[in-house]
Amino acid sequence: MSDITTSQVPVKQDGTLAHIGYVLRSNPVTLLAFTMFAILLLAAVLGPVIVPYDPMESNAAIALQPPSMAHWFGTDNLGRDVFSRVILATRLDLAISVAAVALSFLIGSVLGSVAGYWGGWLDTVLNRLFDTIMAFPLFVLAMGIVAALGNTVENIVYATAVINIPFYARLVRAEVNIRRDAGFAQAAKLAGNSDIRVLALHIFPNALPPMMVQVSLNLGWAILNAAGLSFIGLGVRPPTAEWGIMVAEGANFIVSGEWWLAFFPGFALMFAVFTFNLLGDGLRDMVDPRQRS
Amino acid sequence: MAGRLRTIGLRITHAIPVILGVVVVSFLLTRALPGDPAVYFAGHAADEASIEEVRTALGLDKPLPEQFLVYAGNVLTGDLGQSLSTGQPVIEDLAHRLPASLELTLTALLLSCTIAIPLGVLAATRPGSAVDHLCRVLVTAGVSLPTFFTGVLLIYIFYYLLGIAPSPLGRLDFIYIEPDRITGFYLIDAAIAGDWETWTGALKQLVLPAITLTLFTLAPLARMTRAAMLSALSSDYIRTARAAGLTEDKVLFTYAFRNALLPVVTTLGMVFSFTLGANVLVEKVFAWPGIGSYAVEALVVSDYAAVQGFVLAMALLFVVLNLVIDLSYTLIDPRIGFETR
Repeated sequence: MSDITTSQVPVKQDGTLAHIGYVLRSNPVTLLAFTMFAILLLAAVLGPVIVPYDPMESNAAIALQPPSMAHWFGTDNLGRDVFSRVILATRLDLAISVAAVALSFLIGSVLGSVAGYWGGWLDTVLNRLFDTIMAFPLFVLAMGIVAALGNTVENIVYATAVINIPFYARLVRAEVNIRRDAGFAQAAKLAGNSDIRVLALHIFPNALPPMMVQVSLNLGWAILNAAGLSFIGLGVRPPTAEWGIMVAEGANFIVSGEWWLAFFPGFALMFAVFTFNLLGDGLRDMVDPRQRS
Repeated sequence: MAGRLRTIGLRITHAIPVILGVVVVSFLLTRALPGDPAVYFAGHAADEASIEEVRTALGLDKPLPEQFLVYAGNVLTGDLGQSLSTGQPVIEDLAHRLPASLELTLTALLLSCTIAIPLGVLAATRPGSAVDHLCRVLVTAGVSLPTFFTGVLLIYIFYYLLGIAPSPLGRLDFIYIEPDRITGFYLIDAAIAGDWETWTGALKQLVLPAITLTLFTLAPLARMTRAAMLSALSSDYIRTARAAGLTEDKVLFTYAFRNALLPVVTTLGMVFSFTLGANVLVEKVFAWPGIGSYAVEALVVSDYAAVQGFVLAMALLFVVLNLVIDLSYTLIDPRIGFETR
């Protein structure tokens, strides 16, 4: 008995790995996405160690210098090194979006599972709630929430989480709903598992693959959203290094030709969003090859 | 015809609970302010007496359900409170600035549709061709572009480097005289007045922000058009139509395109949501005097009545747009009835 299980598990893992390897080889774009993701992670983790200058240190003598060997991305109006600030901002921007997406993943999973499994009035009420959230232009709702809760970084996270919850909840609800009376779920119940146990351990895991794709696509959008909010002056405050604020500050100098102030943080933002979008498409290829476009 | 009217009536009644939900959420947002909402609405410079006055005006001394009724009543009569920064009623400010935002948004969407839909159709009818690849690149790049960054980039290229765009400061350069206000849309007002110099001036100011928004909305529309056309072209009725010997144009436009249009129009609703949000950012970049920049200015000075009014107005606008989109379904596809949904 134990022989069979030990011999079966490696074969199965090998299959999955081989499949992932196959997808990566046949689709170099996905490989590129993983490489870009690794660069982002490195910048976020090692940021403070690898930057050449203190991101807060201003030096009026070298203000507004174009990119050079000493300052790769130039210096801003206070003489701060743009390269150091762009690299350091990676951690904050990723942290905000990861926290927001994790929150909406958690809350969305719970609400969606409950609505999909038990249905009834709870389902109706939750659906109405999600409809109402979706009835707002989402960025505008996020603005309203941050304005109401107060202008802090945590509230940016909450606002971004709230506007993303419906996407997760609906996805989970659909996945749970079609499996609620499936054979394996009824077997698990007959074997004496409680409803919550069946829901959490037997049915919900089936929703994870499409959820992962959603997470990856959503992360890019969450970064855009958070950067957009700080661009209009919500959440992160100067002099904190954050991509949205840096573009906003740099925008004042673009009409006089100092392009590097806004360009590099904007490019970093684009790079991050692009990475997550590519990653999401790549993950979808692995999870559900039929949806490949 | 009576059936269709009934369908339309039914769809309109479906919008009512959504509107109610929107009003409830925007009410909860105003009451979620930490501390005493009356203090926030009265502003920084308020003394005890004016805070009390605001408290009674907003009904904050009453229990929550009653407060909601007062709020809903105010919204119904168009009273969204006074803006602290302009001293005007919020509804008047919004009404005054709305045409600017709509002019920008609608121009961008129109431009976006005229580019994205033909592009998507071409990409679907010639898979693997240069057009298909162009479509794919645009789609992937488009969704990754932060609107405010595109705007800044376009200003740098077309204003600073090439010098062909006017300075990104609002709807009209100060050398032109504002056209008489009839619709509030400068392009229409100037055309009515026959003032083509001002019309050109307004158009020049409009081009860059509209392109910024267009680039942003192009991607989802082109992607959906391509996908919808592909699935329509591979369906049985197209094979039958081809087998019956219909011309390629007839097959493409009368049969495939009309069926593909439905998911595209659905996407248009989602695109509207994004556009209304992105509008805020683009308006800030180009100092466009619409309701988006009004809200941003209000946020900076903690003018809560103005911000909440803006959120509510945007949500209602979006509900109405969705209603229009849903109703246009019945024109595209006569089979659609809302009873079944």
